[in-house]
Amino acid sequence: MTADATPALVEDEQRTAAGPRVRRGSAYPRYLAGKVAGAAVSLLAVLVTSFFLFRLIPGDPVKTMTGGRQVSAEQLAAYREEFGLDLPLWRQFTDYCGKALTGDFGTSYQFRAPVVDKITEALPNTLLLTGTAFVLYTALGIFLGTRSAWRHGKLGDRVNTGLALTLYSIPSFWLGLLLIIVLSVGIGPLPGMFPTGGMESGGEEGFAYVLDVAHHLVLPVVTLVAVEYGQTLLVTRSALLDEMGSDYLTTARAKGLRDDLVRRRHAVPNALLPTVTLIFINLGRTVAGVILVETVFSWPGLGGLFYQALSVPDLPLVQGLFFVFAAAVILMNTLADLVYPLLDPRVAR
Amino acid sequence: MGTNDQKRSLPHGLRLVALAGAAALTLTAGLATPLDPAPQQARAADDGKKVLTVAVAQSVDSLSPFLAVRLLSTSIHRLMYEYLTNYDPKDNHAIPGLATKWEPSQDKLKWTYTIRDNSTWSDGQQATAEDAAWTFNKMMTDTGAATANGSYVGNFRKVTAPSPTKLVIELKKPQATMAALDVPIVPKHVWEKVSDFSEFNNDKSFPVVGNGPFVLSGYKADSYVRLKANKSFWRGSPKFDELVFRYYKDQDAAVSALRKGEVSFVAGSPSLTPAQAESLKGADNIQVNDAPGRRFYALATNPGAKAKNGEKFGDGHPSLLDQRVRNALFRAVDREAIIDKVFRGHAVEGAGYIPPRFQDYFWKPSANQKLAYDPAEAARLLDQAGYKKNGDGKRVGKDGKPITYRVLCHATDPNDKAVGKYLQEWWGKLGIGVRLNCLDNVTDPWLAGKYDLAFDGWSVNPDPDFVLSIHTCGALPATPEETGATDNFICDKKYDELYARQLTEYDPAKRADIVKQMESRLYDLGYMNVMAYPNAVEAFRTDQIKSITTMPAKAGNIYGQDGYWSWWSAVPADSGGSSDNASSTGVVVGIVAGVVILGGLGAFAAMRRRATAEERE
Repeated sequence: MTADATPALVEDEQRTAAGPRVRRGSAYPRYLAGKVAGAAVSLLAVLVTSFFLFRLIPGDPVKTMTGGRQVSAEQLAAYREEFGLDLPLWRQFTDYCGKALTGDFGTSYQFRAPVVDKITEALPNTLLLTGTAFVLYTALGIFLGTRSAWRHGKLGDRVNTGLALTLYSIPSFWLGLLLIIVLSVGIGPLPGMFPTGGMESGGEEGFAYVLDVAHHLVLPVVTLVAVEYGQTLLVTRSALLDEMGSDYLTTARAKGLRDDLVRRRHAVPNALLPTVTLIFINLGRTVAGVILVETVFSWPGLGGLFYQALSVPDLPLVQGLFFVFAAAVILMNTLADLVYPLLDPRVAR
Repeated sequence: MGTNDQKRSLPHGLRLVALAGAAALTLTAGLATPLDPAPQQARAADDGKKVLTVAVAQSVDSLSPFLAVRLLSTSIHRLMYEYLTNYDPKDNHAIPGLATKWEPSQDKLKWTYTIRDNSTWSDGQQATAEDAAWTFNKMMTDTGAATANGSYVGNFRKVTAPSPTKLVIELKKPQATMAALDVPIVPKHVWEKVSDFSEFNNDKSFPVVGNGPFVLSGYKADSYVRLKANKSFWRGSPKFDELVFRYYKDQDAAVSALRKGEVSFVAGSPSLTPAQAESLKGADNIQVNDAPGRRFYALATNPGAKAKNGEKFGDGHPSLLDQRVRNALFRAVDREAIIDKVFRGHAVEGAGYIPPRFQDYFWKPSANQKLAYDPAEAARLLDQAGYKKNGDGKRVGKDGKPITYRVLCHATDPNDKAVGKYLQEWWGKLGIGVRLNCLDNVTDPWLAGKYDLAFDGWSVNPDPDFVLSIHTCGALPATPEETGATDNFICDKKYDELYARQLTEYDPAKRADIVKQMESRLYDLGYMNVMAYPNAVEAFRTDQIKSITTMPAKAGNIYGQDGYWSWWSAVPADSGGSSDNASSTGVVVGIVAGVVILGGLGAFAAMRRRATAEERE
């Protein structure tokens, strides 16, 4: 380590001081092409899997949907024909693939509406909730993680990590219900301050609507941030701790840099790689929604839609959602792969 | 339609960015949101409108009356469209709706309805017999339009409207249920423009033209359904100006919303839990309505599944084909204990097939006929049937193996699991094993006849025809591969004869008598052990709702009635309620909290600056 410390230090110093600079040799395009091709293959695999996977779920959609109602045999047959369930499996599969490639995932059995419409209706709601929470818990996690590592072992660090671990291990739905009781209904002298659930009161327009939704957004976001930030904090903290003893930091200090600058400009950028991985994984997950928090706060998002789709099973809707969820994760992982070399050129080599 | 979508999407995107910004702002600015001018509760809307808000959990499947089958959606259609007939809230008997009078012909094959002349659609046009005839004809000729209610017109030969006030329905066979056609009548002039009934959901443009007590004025999936009072409703305008169904996917959250006053009414799905009911009982301004329900909760026995073509399938235990065994199992179920321990008193002990709420059809066994809880008698019956105990104390089947019954249970229903545990105990003492098979989706093994017993339950309508029909031989699947309307494969000649008789009996009292005979027969057969009639436990705020009609009037329920009585009759309370004060206190506390947090942030920043200054030195 000590033997090659100097060249590494010089390289790091150049990179961190002058911002990210990537060696644009022949390695990067090939690396990029490889990753993109891999993602494309994964997407195709997801398309195929989504078709067969959900046909393994016990339950006949037509039987489940008509259960408990007066339906004649002719009506049942008409349902099957309408849903294409009377066709042989291979025909259903080719039809599905052909349509899916043009972005058509069919019509939901239970809602009688195009799957794409149902998804685009709920997707913005989910992104608003999980996206806002994501930005906040990532920022909070990185901020507190670096503080903790920098002063590790001190009281602040112990309180920080202790609190983060405690919140991280709390079930989100339980915390959500607790927040509803305390901050929404009010307890003792504390009055209720936030709506109990939903995304809007309904009927507002313009800026009042924005405020209304923001008001509804507070408790679910607080719940998500509280439960999620610990992960980012711990990863950032441990990555930074690994860097803490490095000689280049001593050099930076020796140059007379402020402690704050040593941390911000030298230590943190080098320690960020594991956190970046986590950020992209979390970003991919934001699309899938958060079923428990969505349920507790009655948020009309994709998580709840997926649950409803699975319980029929509403095959077109389930397939469409599964594809969107998987595609988001694949996309984000690929993006992460593409970003790594920008942070650390050794990756693409 | 495409252009409309595009027009909508742009501002939505912008709104989203604005929202994300606003959200971040509200959070980082330290609980500044209590300053938010948005009303804490819908009923305190600025213009003094009286709004009745109901917490619901079930998603709308469709707002088209031709497609909707879920309870919430069909209840909303009751409010939007007038049906030919309605049910009296006092005792469930059929009363006028859009029709003022209905009469069968001598041969029982032609029914003539007189349509009222004082019902107008919300766009001002008169509702006529022509609208009704068009609605029924559409369902008879278009499979898309028959999706939800096709079974009602299955026996119709021809429907005509000789005049605006006269509707004639000709039948293939006599049918006693002609005053119970729960089909929303839609305005022809609006609906004839719909091209594909299988995909039109009636949820894009508002207000939706209707003639019921409320007019659908807004809908957002899984957020809210909004209805405005129809001031020109023929029976009289509702007292509330607006009715809003708001979504609370979590029942505890819905109860919290009620406590807070955010909603006026919570029903739970299907009912509030005993714990929730207890917690609400002492609360201020909240009334818990613990009403007799319309459901029965039963244990169904597999009578040996077979199809109409006589082919047998499934693998029900052969011992259950013996009526003595079924009666023994009946006698080894302590229904009182189930009411006390499982339902915590929020249910009525089961007897006949139809719940007591429907008094005309309610039947219970006489003292002699009753299969009361009597483990000793149960053991005797089993011995008599030849299922004796072996050396280990287990009863053995004819194949020499100890008997263990597989009981299908709904994994989502805690009552099933709790009762299942009791069955293991009670039947275990008899020497019979019980294996609970709790599944999310019981349909597959059920329809394949691969079970011995199963937890079963149906919601009963004022006209009992449907719940009776599902035990007839005619409801069996045509072949084992197909699905029939049958509940659990019961096929009994005597029951079928009675069923056919009641369907052609147009005299209500005589028909009720036949229905009771059917219930008696079903009881004796021992295939359906009705253990309980669970109550509908619901709650509402007395500072928002002054009075509301329950159905039946004496000790009835509010949510999911047969008719629009509850929401149509609800009278708003005059007082503003306590939650308005709470919200203003909330603003004050919010300001204080915001100041404290901002102060804290300021102090933190100052300390940091000092720390770095020290480091600099």
